[in-house]
Amino acid sequence: MNDSRKEILQIVFVLVGLIFLIKLFFIQVLDNRYAEMAEGNAIFRHVEYPFRGLIYDRNNKLIVYNTPEYDIDVIVKDIKKFDSAKFCEVFGMSRVELRAKFQAMKALKEYSRFKPTLFLDQLSNIDFARVQDQMDEFSGFYIQARTTRAYSSTALANGLGYVSEINKNQLDRDKTKIYRQGDYIGQSGIEAFYEEQLRGKRGVRFKLRDVKGIEKGSFGDGKYDTLSVPGQNLVTGIDIDLQLYGEYLMKGKSGSIVAIEPSSGEILSLVSGPSYDPTLLTGKSYSTNFKLINSDSLKPLFNRPLMAQYRPGSIFKIAQAMAALQEKVITPETRIRCDRSIINCHGAHSNEDLRGAIANSCNPYFHNVLRRMLNQGASEDPFKDTRIGLAEWDKHIMSFGFGGPLGIDLPNEKSGLIPTPAYYDRAYRNRPWKFSNIYSIAIGEGENLVVPIQMANFAATIANRGYYYTPHLVKAIGNNNKPLPKYTERHHTSIDSSYFIVAVDAMQQVVEEGTGQRARLADVIVCGKTGTVENAPPLFDHSVFIAFAPRDNPKIAISVYVEDAGQGARAAASIASLMIEKYLFGQTKRPQIEQYVLNNKFE
Amino acid sequence: MNRGEDIAGKLDWVAVLLYVLMMVMGWLNIFAAVYDESVKQTIWDLSLNSGRQLIFIGASFLIIIIIIVIDMRFYETFAYLFYGIILLALILVPIIGKEVGGNKAWIAIGSFSLQPSEFAKFITAMTIAKFIGSVGFRMDNLRNQLILFIVIIIPMGLVLLQKDFGTAIVFASFLLVFYREGMSPFLLIVGISMVTIAILTLIVDNQWYLYGVIVLIFTIIIFFGKRTMKRIGALSAGALLIILTIEGFDYVINNILPVRHKMRLEALVDPNFDPMGINWNVTQSKIAIGSGGFVGKGFLEGTQTKFDFVPAQSTDFIFCTIGEEHGWIGSFIVIAIFVTFLLRVVFIAERQKSRFARAYGYSVATIFFFHFAVNIGMTIGIFPVIGIPLPFFSYGGSSLWSFTILLFVLLKLDAHRSQMLQRV
Repeated sequence: MNDSRKEILQIVFVLVGLIFLIKLFFIQVLDNRYAEMAEGNAIFRHVEYPFRGLIYDRNNKLIVYNTPEYDIDVIVKDIKKFDSAKFCEVFGMSRVELRAKFQAMKALKEYSRFKPTLFLDQLSNIDFARVQDQMDEFSGFYIQARTTRAYSSTALANGLGYVSEINKNQLDRDKTKIYRQGDYIGQSGIEAFYEEQLRGKRGVRFKLRDVKGIEKGSFGDGKYDTLSVPGQNLVTGIDIDLQLYGEYLMKGKSGSIVAIEPSSGEILSLVSGPSYDPTLLTGKSYSTNFKLINSDSLKPLFNRPLMAQYRPGSIFKIAQAMAALQEKVITPETRIRCDRSIINCHGAHSNEDLRGAIANSCNPYFHNVLRRMLNQGASEDPFKDTRIGLAEWDKHIMSFGFGGPLGIDLPNEKSGLIPTPAYYDRAYRNRPWKFSNIYSIAIGEGENLVVPIQMANFAATIANRGYYYTPHLVKAIGNNNKPLPKYTERHHTSIDSSYFIVAVDAMQQVVEEGTGQRARLADVIVCGKTGTVENAPPLFDHSVFIAFAPRDNPKIAISVYVEDAGQGARAAASIASLMIEKYLFGQTKRPQIEQYVLNNKFE
Repeated sequence: MNRGEDIAGKLDWVAVLLYVLMMVMGWLNIFAAVYDESVKQTIWDLSLNSGRQLIFIGASFLIIIIIIVIDMRFYETFAYLFYGIILLALILVPIIGKEVGGNKAWIAIGSFSLQPSEFAKFITAMTIAKFIGSVGFRMDNLRNQLILFIVIIIPMGLVLLQKDFGTAIVFASFLLVFYREGMSPFLLIVGISMVTIAILTLIVDNQWYLYGVIVLIFTIIIFFGKRTMKRIGALSAGALLIILTIEGFDYVINNILPVRHKMRLEALVDPNFDPMGINWNVTQSKIAIGSGGFVGKGFLEGTQTKFDFVPAQSTDFIFCTIGEEHGWIGSFIVIAIFVTFLLRVVFIAERQKSRFARAYGYSVATIFFFHFAVNIGMTIGIFPVIGIPLPFFSYGGSSLWSFTILLFVLLKLDAHRSQMLQRV
């Protein structure tokens, strides 16, 4: 009975087998998605981060390097036969501390028994060496190595900049697709400007891993792996000892020191006061420290040498003089009476020639000079005439690098401001203006704004008798012993170089018998110019000094700007001369001046 | 005299060969599933599942010898007694058993644990066979059918109490035995139809497609048969009934069931639903098998099973290792061997002279078939995930021994088939 049923059952058995084979054929042979998904599951791209390029000073002293940092991660489910006594001994902690560590870790929101969790962070090198040998005794604990930036000193924080994890905006803006979430990128200073040279190239190793992400050896015997390429090293023109000394002198002050080698445009020191310890913005404490530094009322992250825009004050008279000579409205011998009825002056002098007017910083003299320059009679209309004269004046002044960014190799350089006819049209809302409205620019007050790096560049231009190289920090990239091409280009001013001897003479006179006598040095001729920039009372005036030395074949040009420190003859001149002395002779022999700078509050 | 030699000659060696072949293949794949390159362990290592499986295999041979030595009348004689004992054991398990993986289904004996539910399948098969084989038994008797249902529902219910849903539904395989022994297929057809309709309702979003297909099928059936009014009327009523049932299911699912339960139901019938959550197992299992390609990645070269992406990779999901490392070819061989084995068991069952032995033989065949279909079906996403082992391949002592007993008791009966009373 029911014989057909035995066949039906057998047919069902065979049919099910056939259905399975057909379905298997679909997912195994016809559909490639599963193979891809399997790869995604089991093959892990292990990115090898390259070493970021190192940064040296001009004497090949290391300024910025990478330091390995070791963390201990733990995968709790892998802990077997845990010898807590031994662990405490190796890691130098008490049992109570150990228990607290575990509890703290388990309290984390992202805690998982199966995933590596940070257990101890930032082991020092010495700790690591001691711990390394014993690690295999603690199953489940792993060493995680990474590198962070390290600094040989606290110097040049703002110039060097800092490195941190790439943020979402930067990631979105990155068209090169080089960066990934979690990558580090230079955020300011040299680190940002030379990011491309410093970053190097990532390497990739393909690793097999299991469902918990634990590595299980290399994929395809490493045939698809690439090695990481370290970033290029940079040699800067910075003299790190000079830089440190400058920061030492600026302690407790706000302002900047910029020193340049005139013959190359290399920046010797770039001091921004107040500064911060660059180590604070590395590693794990980055975000907490960044918030602290960023909210500091003294703005230590504000890179004053290229971001602070000040009125230049009397140092601007030298530029005025050069422009006037070029326009032939005066000669070096032109004498002008010190008529203090329109504009005030200081010191005892009455009828100086050009050198004397610079040395004594005579305001009425340069008021008169500017009028001669702006109103040369090109037009009958005094308004039009001023307009033509100002355009000419702008051309000369801007040829010194004022009024626009110089193009230094740091981000966020400010332009300063040299007023043009168009500027005054806007300022006066197209009502007419003439010389009498704008004469305060004659003595570096009024609408003029310069940044300290422009002032130092100005000093270098006078030192070079009429030309400059764009100031730059990096003088050699990688094995190529040259800076970026644009930094080897000479920029000539619109002034004949023969006129500069007047400026040089006058600046020598300023230091030897004028307002800048604190800058005098025994063994070398220093040329300088003081400036005292008006500040809104009750604040003290800003103290300004530019200088270069030696007079012939100058090695250093410098600008010093100390905020709220009174006359340029005091703080700024003293600091500038100490810097010159330190750079030229390797040491300073004038402790009284040094003490004067360090201890005087300049109030 | 010389009984051992005598029986050796009468054993069905084709079945024995297939049995040994499957165990060896299973053993190799268990090793591949748990193999870890970084730890230098061999297939013999007792800390690995493969090493332990070898012990289980060795113990199986002991069991086989015992089965062969025991008198063939023993099983039929004591079937009801065993049935009582196993019910007692199943009742006791939740009380004295130890918990493994959330199920309190194990009884510890020394260092080994036994799972009474595994042996319940064999004993229930025995009991059913004895009842069917008893004098004057008629399948068309409603009382007999009721007794048979009760015989399978009691152990099934007790296993369900241990939350072992997989083993519990294996008891449904006895329905196929009843069918073979003469029960009307009506119940079977209604049952399968209801399940199919329920599943289709869940899978097909727009039931109008479903109605269209049903109307089309019935129209074709009407068109190709005798077009009498009575037949057309009955078929139309049937079609309408099905559509109303679907509407009913749909209403219950969408309006009465909480969303949470509905999702679980959908996950159960639709393997593509929520691949990273409820269906993580099936997704990973399909990835493992699917990545094997035509010839596979090679022995010990699999990544998905070895690295634990597939859960329970040496037990319920052992087929993943076969599919991943040996590809479609390997899967073909395994399925072919298994189907051959099933057909051989049916062949053996059919040649029995006693109704008891034949009913038992069919029980064996359908239990194996059920395991085979559900296990492989779930790994490739045809069936919902129900944790039952693939006989002779999956790691585990209790299941291997229970399958061995199931098979070799049949082979023992088969060897003595000429001595059995003819009660067909």
